[in-house]
Amino acid sequence: MAGYQGVLVCGEVAEGKITTITKELINTGRRLSDDLNQPLSVLLVGRDIHEVAKEAIFLGGDKVYIIDGAPFAESHPERYVMIIVSACQQIAPSIILLGQTDMGRDIAPRLAARLGTTVCMDCIELAIDLETKLLLQTKPVYGGNAMAAWVSEDHQPQVVTMRPRVVAPAEPDTSKKGEIVPVAIDIDDSVISGKLLETVKEEIKGIRLEEAKVIVAGGGGIGGSEGFQLLQELAQVLSGTIGVSRVPCDEGWMPLSLEIGQTGHMVSPNLYIAVGISGALQHLAGCSGSKCIVAINKDPEAHIFREADFGIVGDYREALPPLIEKCRALLAI
Amino acid sequence: MNTIVCIKQILDPEIPPAKFRLDSESKRVILPEGIPPVINPYDEQAVELALRLRDKHGGKIMVVTLGSDAAASIVKHALAMGADEGVILADEVFEGSDSFTTAYILTKAIQKIGDYKLVLCGRQAADWDEGLVGSIIAENLGLPLVTLAEAVDVADGELRVKRATLDGYQVFAVPTPAVVTVSNEVGQPRLPSGWGIIAAARKQVPVWNAGDIDVNSSQVGAGAARRKLVKLFIPVRERKCEIIQGETTVEASVKLATRLREAKVI
Repeated sequence: MAGYQGVLVCGEVAEGKITTITKELINTGRRLSDDLNQPLSVLLVGRDIHEVAKEAIFLGGDKVYIIDGAPFAESHPERYVMIIVSACQQIAPSIILLGQTDMGRDIAPRLAARLGTTVCMDCIELAIDLETKLLLQTKPVYGGNAMAAWVSEDHQPQVVTMRPRVVAPAEPDTSKKGEIVPVAIDIDDSVISGKLLETVKEEIKGIRLEEAKVIVAGGGGIGGSEGFQLLQELAQVLSGTIGVSRVPCDEGWMPLSLEIGQTGHMVSPNLYIAVGISGALQHLAGCSGSKCIVAINKDPEAHIFREADFGIVGDYREALPPLIEKCRALLAI
Repeated sequence: MNTIVCIKQILDPEIPPAKFRLDSESKRVILPEGIPPVINPYDEQAVELALRLRDKHGGKIMVVTLGSDAAASIVKHALAMGADEGVILADEVFEGSDSFTTAYILTKAIQKIGDYKLVLCGRQAADWDEGLVGSIIAENLGLPLVTLAEAVDVADGELRVKRATLDGYQVFAVPTPAVVTVSNEVGQPRLPSGWGIIAAARKQVPVWNAGDIDVNSSQVGAGAARRKLVKLFIPVRERKCEIIQGETTVEASVKLATRLREAKVI
C-alpha cells in the first residue's frame, strides 16, 4: 500500500537498558525489513537514552527515533498510546512490532484501533510472503492446540506483538551505522482520564524465572504448599529456582508471581523439571522453549510426557529425595 | 453501580488435547461430540468480579454475548451465578466477524443498554487468545480503559483498579463509565446456587438482531473483517520422551540423575 514504508520496532527501555524482548524484535524486524528491502526503525521512549539509541543501531536499526519520557511502567498507558500513535503517524511504517509484554498487551490493541488498522497478538512466527509482500502472522491458538496464520490484505500498518523468547536477541555490531532522530511529541495530559496511582514491583527472592538455567516446577499433583519444600531443595541443589503451574496458584498454595504459562512467565531454561504437572497446553505455552524437559508424574497418561525428554512415572514424594541425593553426589556438593 | 459484562462461548479449554480436532480445509475447529461449549473462563471471572462489586455497592449486572441461540447456556450460567439480566446478539450478518467487528457489535449493544458505569470483559478469550475486544470497545466508546485487572473497587466516586503486571501490580484511579478487562488473578468464580439455577431458568433472555441495535450490516461479518485466516493447523510435536525405568521409583530417580549428567544437562 502506498505511503507506508518499513518496519518499526516499538522498543522498551527498562532501568536505562534495552530489554531482551526489544533485541528479539530488532532481530525479527531486521529480517522482515531485509525481505521487504525497506528500512528498519526503532522507537524508544525513555530518559537520557542517547547511548541506548546507539546500541539499537549496533543491533540493527537503520533509524532510531527517541522520545524523552517516562518508561512504560511509570507512565499512564493512555499517555503511552498517544505517544506511540502520534509517532507512528509521523513515521508511517508498514509493519509495527511490539513485544507481548505488559506494555505490548496493553498498547497494541488500542494502537491498531486508533490507526484504523488490524493487529495480531502473541505471534511466534513472522514472515514476508515474497510474492505478495504481505506479512504472514502465525500464532498459537486454542491454548497451543493449534496454530493460526493470518494476513491482512488491505489494512496498513500491520500491528503485531511477538511472544518473548521465540527468537534469539540481535547481537550488537559496533561497525553498524544509523541515524538517531529525536522526536518531540506534545501530549495534552488533561485529556487523560484517570491516574496511575502506583506501580509496585514485588521483590523476587533469588533468581528471576526468565533468567534461570534450571527450573523445578510443581503443579496440582503436589497437593499442598508443604510439598514444595522438596522442589525447593532440588532447585537449590541444581542452582535453579522454582515455578508453578496454574493449579497451585488457584488453590492458594503458591503465589501467582511464580506462575509459568500463557498468562504468566514464559521461560526457556536449560532444564525444566515438571513435577506433578499434567501438562495443560496453557502451561506448556510458557515452558516448551526449555532445552530439556523432565516430567515426574504418577499418571503414565499425563500429557506432560508427550512434551518431555525424560520421564519418571511415580509419586514425587518417592522420586525427589533420591533424585536430590544423587544430584548432590554427582555435583559433589 | 450498573455493570455490563461481555461474555463469549468457547470450546472447553480443559478438554484433553487428544480430543482436539480441526478441519484445515475450512479452517475451523470441530466441536468434539458430547463436550458442551463453556463460558470463556476469563469472562466467568469478569462475572465474578461484577458480582463482588454488586455485593458491596449495589446496582445491576447485565451480561451480553454475541452468538447463536446456543449461547443461551452461558448467559443462563451467568444468570445462575447471580447476574440480573442477559441478552444474546444474534444475526446471520454477524457471522465471520473478527475482533474489530465483534467489538463494533458489542459497542452498539452497550450503547442501546445505555445505563451503565462499568463494562467488564475477560482479558482474552481462551480460544483465539488475542485480548482485543475489550480494548477496542473502550476505543469505540471513547472511554477510559484498564487492562488485566485483578481487583476493582469504588472509592471517592471513582474506580480503583489493580492491574496485574508480570512482576507486581499497578493501581489506577479511573472515572466512570469505564471499560476494564479482567485477569485470572481475580480467582475462582462462585458456583451457581440451587436457587440461582432455578431463578435463571425462569428468566427470559431476549435476542437482539442487527436492526435492534442499529448495526450497519456492511460493517460486520466476514466481508468487513480486517484480516484473513490463511492457515489453521495442529503443530507437530518433536520431543520423544525417554521413560526412565526401574524396579522402584527410587531406582528410577537415581538413574534419571545419572542420565541427566550423561546428557550434560546438569
